[in-house]
Amino acid sequence: MSQPILQFKEETFRDDFAYSNSAWAIERFPFPFDKDSYMYAVNLEPHTTGRAGSVYEKSFDVDEHYVAEMRERALTLLEDPLRCQSLPHMTLAGWDLLELIMSHKARDYPELFELHRNGTQWHWINKPLGIDQHFTFGDEATLPYGPMEYITRQSQGDWCVLDQRDGNLWMDAGMVTTQADWSLDFDIGMNFFEWHAPVPMAHELGIFKRALKFLLTIPQGNPARRLNWTMTVNPRHDTSPENYPKWGPDRTTVTAENVGEKMYLRVELQSFWRLPRSNALVFPIRCYLIQLEDLVSQPKWAKRFHRVLRDLPKELAEYKGFERNRALMVQWLSQFDDGGPTSPGVWPD
Amino acid sequence: MTIPSRPVYGSLHALAGSSHLLVADGAGGQAILDFARQVPADWFAAAHIIYVARSENATSHALQALRPRQWHLAPSIPSALPRLSKVLEDAHMGLRLYLAGTEGLIGEAMQVALDAGIDHTAICTEHRGSLVRRMQCVHCKGISENVTTQPSQCAHCGLWLLVRDHYSRRLGAFQGVCIHAEEPANIPPAVETFV
Amino acid sequence: MSAEHLKIPVRVSEVAAVNALVTRFSFSAIGGAELPTFSGGSHVIVEFGSCMNPYSLMSSPFDTRSYSISVRRDDAGRGGSLYLHQNLKVGDEGLISHPLNLFPLNLRARKHLFLAGGIGITPFIAQMAQLSQAGQRATPPFELHFCAQSAGLAAYADALKSQYAGRVTTYFDDQKQKLELAQLLQGQPLGTHVYVCGPAGMIDWVRKTAAGLGWPDNVVHFEHFSAPQPGTSFEVHLARSGRTIRVSERQSFLEALEAADLNPPYLCRGGACGQCEAQVLACDGALDHRDHWLSDEEHASGQKIMPCVSRVRGRSITIDR
Repeated sequence: MSQPILQFKEETFRDDFAYSNSAWAIERFPFPFDKDSYMYAVNLEPHTTGRAGSVYEKSFDVDEHYVAEMRERALTLLEDPLRCQSLPHMTLAGWDLLELIMSHKARDYPELFELHRNGTQWHWINKPLGIDQHFTFGDEATLPYGPMEYITRQSQGDWCVLDQRDGNLWMDAGMVTTQADWSLDFDIGMNFFEWHAPVPMAHELGIFKRALKFLLTIPQGNPARRLNWTMTVNPRHDTSPENYPKWGPDRTTVTAENVGEKMYLRVELQSFWRLPRSNALVFPIRCYLIQLEDLVSQPKWAKRFHRVLRDLPKELAEYKGFERNRALMVQWLSQFDDGGPTSPGVWPD
Repeated sequence: MTIPSRPVYGSLHALAGSSHLLVADGAGGQAILDFARQVPADWFAAAHIIYVARSENATSHALQALRPRQWHLAPSIPSALPRLSKVLEDAHMGLRLYLAGTEGLIGEAMQVALDAGIDHTAICTEHRGSLVRRMQCVHCKGISENVTTQPSQCAHCGLWLLVRDHYSRRLGAFQGVCIHAEEPANIPPAVETFV
Repeated sequence: MSAEHLKIPVRVSEVAAVNALVTRFSFSAIGGAELPTFSGGSHVIVEFGSCMNPYSLMSSPFDTRSYSISVRRDDAGRGGSLYLHQNLKVGDEGLISHPLNLFPLNLRARKHLFLAGGIGITPFIAQMAQLSQAGQRATPPFELHFCAQSAGLAAYADALKSQYAGRVTTYFDDQKQKLELAQLLQGQPLGTHVYVCGPAGMIDWVRKTAAGLGWPDNVVHFEHFSAPQPGTSFEVHLARSGRTIRVSERQSFLEALEAADLNPPYLCRGGACGQCEAQVLACDGALDHRDHWLSDEEHASGQKIMPCVSRVRGRSITIDR
């Protein structure tokens, strides 16, 4: 599955939803289920270079949706600037993040990005977005936005920058436009347990205590990653609580006839990186969407996902927001499940 | 059943420190009077009490009788906050903060304290009085005061909101999310809940 | 977190005697690569010869060409610092870990108050360099109070006084100069954070005084410099594998586990970070706790131990490994 030359597509994640995954994108989709059932776990693993061509290969994966996703982000920010916020003490972490993303992208995709450094005089070239920027590292006045906003407007997925203090992590800055139904404006300033407060069952399982203990000791040069998932009606990026009255009604438009076409599995590839100068942690949340009709093109995924959805505890389905349409999905998926065994692991057979 | 972001309050107790700032509203005044029985009489010689009440009453007189070094009666929470802010601006380490009364008072006074550099874990709090809530509408960002029903209507944009237990210390408010987003015509009846 | 890929091969680029007890060592990456930027307060674990100790980085966090540490010679220890003092020459090659910060600045502080005792000055040198970096607007003010036995043993005092004029005060024991701690603390504005690094006695004094004056725990930051000390030898029974190993007198408990190919987790090797924590199932003798991680209750419970610095006085211990 070698990497083809990336063709950036013109797509929309709202209104007419002109979005599709190429065969390449479908094959490398980060299917999150390694067995036929799902429960919360501290499923953190080192974010080392993964299988060639997969979404795990590079530090920050760039795919065919890159340009379209950045255009969608810019639209969301025009409508609601509160999706990107940084408390005053987090500017240093913003510079750390800018350096991290620029240096890794330039190293991993030299045909797309270039970074030239001469002391604090930096020159950044982003070919897909047509950006050619000279600036002074550390001097906000030389960039059109603060450092975190500047670089995350050019990076797929949401970005949460966490201050580490008092034995906890604090969500003190973020760029959040593709979230699965949580509000940065409300949660900014909260600590790890507080912003996860609404998640059912996981607190009692001790998931967050164990995860925090691990995250606090992540050193520089040793990032970790995990997967999270939910469902979305239509390939909509902006499923924020702010706009719930806009996208909520979509959930009532799903029928037995259109469920395969309208329902999308939404997988978040999350990673955790120690930032050098600020000692903060950055937590990118990269969103991948796949239409159910495309998902079932991989027979193992079809069978497995049928079983996962069928047996998922009701509280999780309610919290993830798809309990209303679960029966329709399970019914539709059942046609692909012959009840036979599935191989362990996430990769298609 | 509570969630980790929902604040949990304790009871007033003496903290180590060189001066003490106590802010209370309504029944929180009685919390200070109850607390006063735990400390020697001269403890209040190093205290500053800000009490929120429409006008003088039995509690305000009793609080003044404690002979704090400074005393102020404020008619409302918003009118008390500038004074609180200035006192904290002038303060040195060793000043300790105590908040007692409604969640609204505790939340709004705590916002000022956080801005002044005091960590929330260093503040002594006691809840007294009603459970009435402040709520931020996640849609229009407006904050509605004195929320008592579930669901509740946003005082700014008119949407009916589920009043969640998810709380932001930074905003001093609970989160309200549209309860009829998926089926706009289906609004559950409002039930008196936070009283 | 003891993976080899997290270690950086380095070459000694400088050995400079600072005073009668302290020598500065500087390192650059073999191959001329840049060293990682870090946050002030970070330390690295220095591996040369028989030395495998943590030392605070004192160089500016923005200097990626070389790292500097200052080592106080400890004649009574297991020999880590002695090894460096007696053996290290410019050009020698060894390993350092990636920087790790267990003593970070609180970036929300309105003011940073630094209290240093003796060789505890080192992390503050890096932190003050970080705070003074041009381009960081609205940096909160900081001041340093530096206690030492004598002017001769106050490493870098003169240089710091001149670089940070008006913000550095020294107190020398032999001149009977005393830090009036209570007075100093009482005058600080709300939102000040205090950081102390020095001998255990000084740290305890600062913590107690601050608490008594009403400083909340979260604004009092401290770093102990602990290195494993020698002791009597003892046996270790490993409950899960059924093996028994021996910790010799000059070997730390953690080193014995490593020598037995057990690959125990660690991060700081100095009793401060909690990574190496082991569950005690039985002990024929007494646990000799030397760490600053476990609480008093946990020490007393006899159920946990930090092998990087702690030992057993007695015959043996059984751990859940």
